[in-house]
Amino acid sequence: MKLHVRSRHSLARLATLPAMALALTGAEAPVLVPDVSQRQIDIQYSFRGAELLLFGAIVYPGGRPPDKRADIVVVLKGPEQQIRMREKRQVAGIWVNADSMQFQSAPSFYAIASSRPIKAITDARTAAIYELGIDNIQLSPTSFADTDEIARFERGLEDLQARKGLFVQAPGTVEITDGVLYRAHLPLSARVLVGDYTAETFLIQDGRVVAAAVRDIEVRKSGLERFVASAAEDWSLLYGLAATGVAVLMGVLAGWVGRRV
Amino acid sequence: MDIYLPIANLPVNMLVIIGLGGIVGLLSGMFGVGGGFLTTPLLIFYGIPPTVAAASAATQVTGASVSGVFAHLSRGTVDLRMGAVLVAGGVVGAVIGAGLFSVLQSVGQTDTVIAILYVLLLGSIGGLMAWESVQALVRRKRGLAAPPAKRRHHPLVTALPMRWRFYKSGLYISPLAPLLLGMATGILTMLLGVGGGFVMVPAMIYLLGMQTQVVVGTSLFQILFVTMATTLVHSVTTKAVDLVLALLLLVGSVTGAQLGTRISRTVRPEYLRIILAFIVLVVAIRMALGLGWRPDEIYTLEPG
Repeated sequence: MKLHVRSRHSLARLATLPAMALALTGAEAPVLVPDVSQRQIDIQYSFRGAELLLFGAIVYPGGRPPDKRADIVVVLKGPEQQIRMREKRQVAGIWVNADSMQFQSAPSFYAIASSRPIKAITDARTAAIYELGIDNIQLSPTSFADTDEIARFERGLEDLQARKGLFVQAPGTVEITDGVLYRAHLPLSARVLVGDYTAETFLIQDGRVVAAAVRDIEVRKSGLERFVASAAEDWSLLYGLAATGVAVLMGVLAGWVGRRV
Repeated sequence: MDIYLPIANLPVNMLVIIGLGGIVGLLSGMFGVGGGFLTTPLLIFYGIPPTVAAASAATQVTGASVSGVFAHLSRGTVDLRMGAVLVAGGVVGAVIGAGLFSVLQSVGQTDTVIAILYVLLLGSIGGLMAWESVQALVRRKRGLAAPPAKRRHHPLVTALPMRWRFYKSGLYISPLAPLLLGMATGILTMLLGVGGGFVMVPAMIYLLGMQTQVVVGTSLFQILFVTMATTLVHSVTTKAVDLVLALLLLVGSVTGAQLGTRISRTVRPEYLRIILAFIVLVVAIRMALGLGWRPDEIYTLEPG
């Protein structure tokens, strides 16, 4: 499975934010101090998904929150993947895969929580720039198909991932206490891929992103699960031999027990 | 009781999988089939990715057939020479199957082809079995003796060049016939995760014309080695063998197989065959409906 390094442009975008904010407001910008409940998530035999708490503080210059209400958006993103979507169509009475489309950089996981619905917080352009909301994820289709077809596949992907719990939208669930402390819960589906995840936090005021910060989260298999997965990947022949060996052994054992019971 | 499957990448209910293995094992003990033809579709219905289902089902069939092979070996009801030819063909078939698998994957038709193959195979064999066992029952009711079995191999088999003597099978035929048969089942094992006993046994009787006493033992012998080869080929090519899934299935199936063997001794074989035919037909019909119904999700996603 091919995993792409998180796209550089989005990180670059985040890095330039304070400067932009400064230029826009003409004053010192507020700073976000974010954290997550788990920096590292281990997938073990008992893994059934996880719930992440994303929380933090908004530090305003002078320590006083402004009178105008500010909003918080948190986005949890999984490693990007190059994927191919296939669409079934009824051919001669049966449903078979017909058209397909490739996406260069679809996040394997995307969850967003905001203090109010995105539409109420900011305009469509800003939401698109910062990829706020499932319909704003940049999927980079590699296709010369017309925009209708691309849009159809994008909707299909969003719907498919939402059903699996891999694309999550939770508007209005970020709680802001006294204008300075925020917290949000996001569910991490049990079907997530391992890899490097990022938790991005955006502070939005007057429709503009005035502060942003990122925390990295590592999702990995651990214990037996890690061993089995890496053995299957790296020592596949030995793994296969072990699997057949175990199967034969269990069969022999059961036969032996069966004759004695 | 949930447990995470490291290769399928999802958590499953442990008891459901063990129970599923148990049912399959029970059937395999009762009817002398590997039961892979039930494991793969049931796992797919449960939400396991088809490739992982087929690969891990093959591993399970290995475990389920071991004790049967030993029993038949000790009774001397295995034609080792025939078995060796079948296994050789099966290994070649597994490798061909792996090639087919990657071709199907690249054009995105794996699921459809697997489902169609299942419907065709199970439908025809289930139908034949049902027909034959109903006839047998009717004859019994009327008190008639079974018609004398005519043991003759198919004219196509006689046409093949080169002849070997297979003493235990009572045959003097070209080894190419069992080799090709082995290859065909090897391909099926790779694609469908079935041992192929339900194809092999009728083919041995009706195509090759083998001595019936050695049919089941030799078929089990072939299944054991071909599923082992298939597990290896899957491990190296698709990397889809989920050891945890296979283990859970094995725990259920080896236990179920022991129970099944006991039950089979108390029930008349004609009834057993009718029940098996019914189960096979139900699976075939369910798969056929699955092809025709509009799926709740018409999109699928794969890396690449």
